[in-house]
Amino acid sequence: MERRPLLVSILIHLAALTLAAVILAPFIWLFLMSISSAADLSARPLHWWPESVDLSRYGMLLSTVANSAGAAFLASLRNSLFVAGMATAGALLVAVPAAWAVSRTPGVRWPLFLVIATYMLPPVCLAVPLYMGLAALGLLNSVFGLALVYLSILAPFATWLLKSGFDAIPREIESAAMIDGARLDQTLRIITLPLAAPMVATAALFAFLLAWDEFFYALLFTADQRAKTLTVAIADLAGGRVSDYGLIATAGILAALPPVAIGLLMQRAVISGLTSGGVKG
Amino acid sequence: MPSAWITTRAWLLMLPLLVVMVAVVSWPMAETVRLSFTDAKLVGTGGAYVGFDNYAKLLTGRPFLLALKTTTLFAVLSVALEVLAGVLAALLLDQEFRGRTLVRALMILPWALPTVVNAMLWRLIYNPEYGALNSLLLQTGLISGYRSWLGEPTSALWAIVAADVWKNFPLVALIALAALQAVPRDVKAAAIVDGAGAFARFRIVTWPYLVGPLTIAVVLRTIEAFKVFDIIWVMTRGGPANATRTLSILVYQEAFSFQRAGSGASMALLVTLIVTLFAVSYIAILRRSAAGS
Repeated sequence: MERRPLLVSILIHLAALTLAAVILAPFIWLFLMSISSAADLSARPLHWWPESVDLSRYGMLLSTVANSAGAAFLASLRNSLFVAGMATAGALLVAVPAAWAVSRTPGVRWPLFLVIATYMLPPVCLAVPLYMGLAALGLLNSVFGLALVYLSILAPFATWLLKSGFDAIPREIESAAMIDGARLDQTLRIITLPLAAPMVATAALFAFLLAWDEFFYALLFTADQRAKTLTVAIADLAGGRVSDYGLIATAGILAALPPVAIGLLMQRAVISGLTSGGVKG
Repeated sequence: MPSAWITTRAWLLMLPLLVVMVAVVSWPMAETVRLSFTDAKLVGTGGAYVGFDNYAKLLTGRPFLLALKTTTLFAVLSVALEVLAGVLAALLLDQEFRGRTLVRALMILPWALPTVVNAMLWRLIYNPEYGALNSLLLQTGLISGYRSWLGEPTSALWAIVAADVWKNFPLVALIALAALQAVPRDVKAAAIVDGAGAFARFRIVTWPYLVGPLTIAVVLRTIEAFKVFDIIWVMTRGGPANATRTLSILVYQEAFSFQRAGSGASMALLVTLIVTLFAVSYIAILRRSAAGS
């Protein structure tokens, strides 16, 4: 590394501080809103620092009292967990065998490219028939119906990620096991899947995040507490007649916690996924 | 093992995936094409065949072309600013300074924040009466009175672009940073020894490493930007006075608010056509870079 003049070094540190502030300020403000009293938030000029810490909104949103804001929020949290969980499980179930087959078999790549290409389709071009189809099956406003629709996003995504994962496992290991007399299912169970486990877990977490974030289909296909997901609940809060901005901020903090925690824990996987174009923004 | 069996086995293993994809992608896609030639309603009547009427109406009417213009403006502005801010941030993060690991880790945060939460957060920041932006700008003397950032047609799109850029520039920065780290140290050192200035070093040494990954990022971001729905729906629902009504919002309104499934489908297909053009160029770029390496 070249030696830098002092001035350059100071400028670089200032720029880094600015960058950190730009990234952090909105997060800090979201948190401060969630713990400020309603009076602080509606003051003019604004009270940037709350006069007293007010954690009541966290209690409010996490309370199970019937017909409260908490009951609606917790229902949407549960729906999000169900939908994202089911869709992730379903996507892995179809993606793991397909990804392995494509990775190990020359000449069957093109269906995979076709599947991956669908990942770029705008959801609006599938929305109308999906709505009519779900209506015909009685699956509108149902967590099962929504999870089924999410397969259209999660399955191609997981297959793509897993295929490159299987590519990284040398097929010679499998051949060796087969020569030693193992059947295909034994080879896969004993050799390949344990080796692939970390990357299947990574794919599962990313798929879960995709489903957790999804808004468009959830807005279209859910109507009330039986199926509304967290993203729809938050959009309702933001666009509705809620006068307590702190409550909206608190819901945002709670909804952001799981993905932000996963993002920080999996930094390395996120960055390698981003740089290979495998994870979308 | 005979290769015919290996191929058959591969197809059998892919079968569940293909069945799912036909059910949730191919069938709806084909249905959208069929509906686009009818006057079907969302609920009730199946609709009658109307030929290219829906398409003719779209391409001669104002709303679709206006939404196309708004979407293009949104995509160009947000992607350009994301690349600019992203590359600058990446150049900075490639320098050595105290706390570099921490700042790099911070870049993950906006990416991980759910889009809807991001939209809600900025909607609160832009709030005309109690928002942080108004307060900040007034207290620093940059504005003389509170403004309704999302309520005025002139500023609403810019305000949304700013919120989108904040969430997505770190992604571009991380991609660019990974590319910068691939520049060999001795080449950098040699350029310095040869007396190349900072700008010449960037153009001749760094840029060739940066251009490939950046092109991919730009195409992917452009595709996403053309599909934009969430952030706009939560922040303005396409208003005020349709100033932020992008293509996806327009399709939503046509097909679901007004229940005109047929004409909504034809709009959706035109959007798909545009996105497909970008996707094809993306694949062409990938092919070329794969062939080059």
